[in-house]
Amino acid sequence: MRMNGADAILRSLEAEGVDVAFGLPGGAILPLYDAFARGTTVRHVLARHEQGAGHMAEGYARASGCVGVAIATSGPGATNLVTPIADAWMDSTPLVCITGQVRSSLIGSDAFQECDITGITIPIVKHSWLVQDVEELPHVIKAAFHVARTGRCGPVLVDVPRDIQEAATEFSYPDQVSLPGWKPPRRGHERQILAAADALAAAERPILYVGGGVLNADATEELRALAEAARLPVVTTLMAKSAFPETHELHAGWPGMHGPKWSNWALNKADLIVAVGARFDDRVTGKLSAFAPGARVVHLDVDAAEISKIRHADVPVVGPLKPVLAELTRVLGERARPGATEPWLRQIADWREQFPLRYRREGEMLKPQLVLETLQELTAGRDDVVWTTGVGQHQMWAMQYLRCDRPRTFITSGGLGTMGYGLPAAVGAKAARPDATVVCVDGDGCFQMTQQELATSVLEDLPIVVVIVNNGYLGMVRQWQDMFFEERFSQINLTHSVPDYAQLARAYGAVGITVDDESDLESALSEALSCGRTAVVDARVDPREHCFPMIPAGAAALDLVEFEDDAEEVPA
Amino acid sequence: MRHTLSVLVENKPGVLTRITSMFARRSYNIESLAVGPTERHDVSRITLRVDCEGSPLEQIEKQMHKLVNVLRVSELAPGESIERELVLMKVAAPPAKRAELMALGEVFNARVVDLGPDSIVFELTGAPEDVDSFEELVRPHGLQELVRTGRIGLGRALKPNRNRPTQRVLA
Repeated sequence: MRMNGADAILRSLEAEGVDVAFGLPGGAILPLYDAFARGTTVRHVLARHEQGAGHMAEGYARASGCVGVAIATSGPGATNLVTPIADAWMDSTPLVCITGQVRSSLIGSDAFQECDITGITIPIVKHSWLVQDVEELPHVIKAAFHVARTGRCGPVLVDVPRDIQEAATEFSYPDQVSLPGWKPPRRGHERQILAAADALAAAERPILYVGGGVLNADATEELRALAEAARLPVVTTLMAKSAFPETHELHAGWPGMHGPKWSNWALNKADLIVAVGARFDDRVTGKLSAFAPGARVVHLDVDAAEISKIRHADVPVVGPLKPVLAELTRVLGERARPGATEPWLRQIADWREQFPLRYRREGEMLKPQLVLETLQELTAGRDDVVWTTGVGQHQMWAMQYLRCDRPRTFITSGGLGTMGYGLPAAVGAKAARPDATVVCVDGDGCFQMTQQELATSVLEDLPIVVVIVNNGYLGMVRQWQDMFFEERFSQINLTHSVPDYAQLARAYGAVGITVDDESDLESALSEALSCGRTAVVDARVDPREHCFPMIPAGAAALDLVEFEDDAEEVPA
Repeated sequence: MRHTLSVLVENKPGVLTRITSMFARRSYNIESLAVGPTERHDVSRITLRVDCEGSPLEQIEKQMHKLVNVLRVSELAPGESIERELVLMKVAAPPAKRAELMALGEVFNARVVDLGPDSIVFELTGAPEDVDSFEELVRPHGLQELVRTGRIGLGRALKPNRNRPTQRVLA
């Protein structure tokens, strides 16, 4: 069929089954937006900032398991996508970014809104294309989706000069892509899987250390089957939260910097760590030389480069996790020693009893932890709630206190730690799961980085609930300055009241509720959860609360700092 | 520890940038790099000399292999490969010194490709170690300018019997 390049992009997106794209138009991408105006089955969600569009596409991808699509114009539009692209790179989120570029004849001339976005993004994409011929377009889009979602998921970028969008072409969407250099593994090595099973069968204190790869691989059922068949405790990293039911008796919590003591003990005192789609991030291991000193490591990952990158793998298994986990469960069945892990499971359960999460309940001000506990109580047992978060203390409390039983219900920025991620990610998640109640647990600092997307939420009929754990500070920075910089607080005071978040929400046409008293908390949160509109709850909390436990940066995981009841009060 | 990697890549714009950017980002050191066409017009070969202090060769190979345009990464192991380098060097050569320098060049099979009143330009192709030796011997005479291509290499036509497992299989 005869059409221009812009139409060819949309026909390609339709052929890929894309139902929604997030973006913001501008000069160099005008032909594509003209094609939107002429008609497509792809819903376009208009963001207020390209960073918002990028995080929305990420939230969509995380909630749906499909590739997220973000669209921006050249120059500043494209550079505004850099943060979401870097975020998607660190967290292996499948993302296709389509950017307009100045006309081919102008490339290299420092034209208006020209920037070398393919060059800028080289270190943070799996691959990128600068389309130089309209005939290539369908092949490039096909390849872009293929690369984004195969192997280890991640972001790709397609830069399309304006004249290419306008050029006429005969469109047909290819059935196959030719990428001779892109060969992600299709199955795990049988002998390695056997070796992994042998290691598991021989272990006294094995543990499954699960990362976000399990969600990307859609392997949560296989993970559960393995854990249940061999009675293995499971710790889930921040990126893997919701990959294993958190109310399951085998769930052993969350390892890492703010993970509970019992979870960190379980991981660090194991004699066999089976890493499943996890990458031994420094936030999980703490001081590497002191991390799980007595453990052998079995490492299952689709990305060969993760094997022995940080921690030596005694038994590496490279392959897609879904079939690898299924095969491991099968061969382990013949070797399993029934009851072998029961003493270890009892030990972990004892630690769990011994070291619960604690915080100071008394005090005049509302406690941030209580906000999360109340949210959990109000939503317990519901299977239609999707959480997103920003980055900081509130994120860690969300990790500690919320219980996610179903896959893809906890969406957060892990690797890059992108403040401002939560609100737009929630909008994207709502687009993916219109039936779900999407709740963004945010910090006041994070919220102010992308709050303009409230307009998108309201006007695009993508209602979300934002709960701002408002301590009036850049809370995590405050905690570090308090603990490691001798209480010299520097440039962290945001104030509880500027802006007035409830009024701001109302200005955007959303529901705005302020709560600063424990007695009003439950009703405020209930109202927000049930109102069916975009709602912002400004929960004004005690700024002195630290997030505990904490493994100080560079310290051994077993040397975590715990909440002390008699800790000296730090003046506000 | 230094290694030579032979990398087959698609002959497409930006491939070299992607590889060097990955090296820079991961703090891997490139000692020399040579790029050129191969027997296939759509494939180029990059020969990289890398310094693996601090980052194991295996990691470098795997990270390179993740790049979409990279087709094959193999190590040119010493004894199993042939490595060559081309050098051009301009050496101070007043008439009184000329004969001595030319004799030196002959020992190394270096060709005189240009001759001026006060200097000689040598061309030498050889194993990188030979190029190093020649450079060291010539240096005291007054090395004015020098350019080396960086090493290129190929696996040997007749591979010696190996009493070790086949090379690492990359994903």
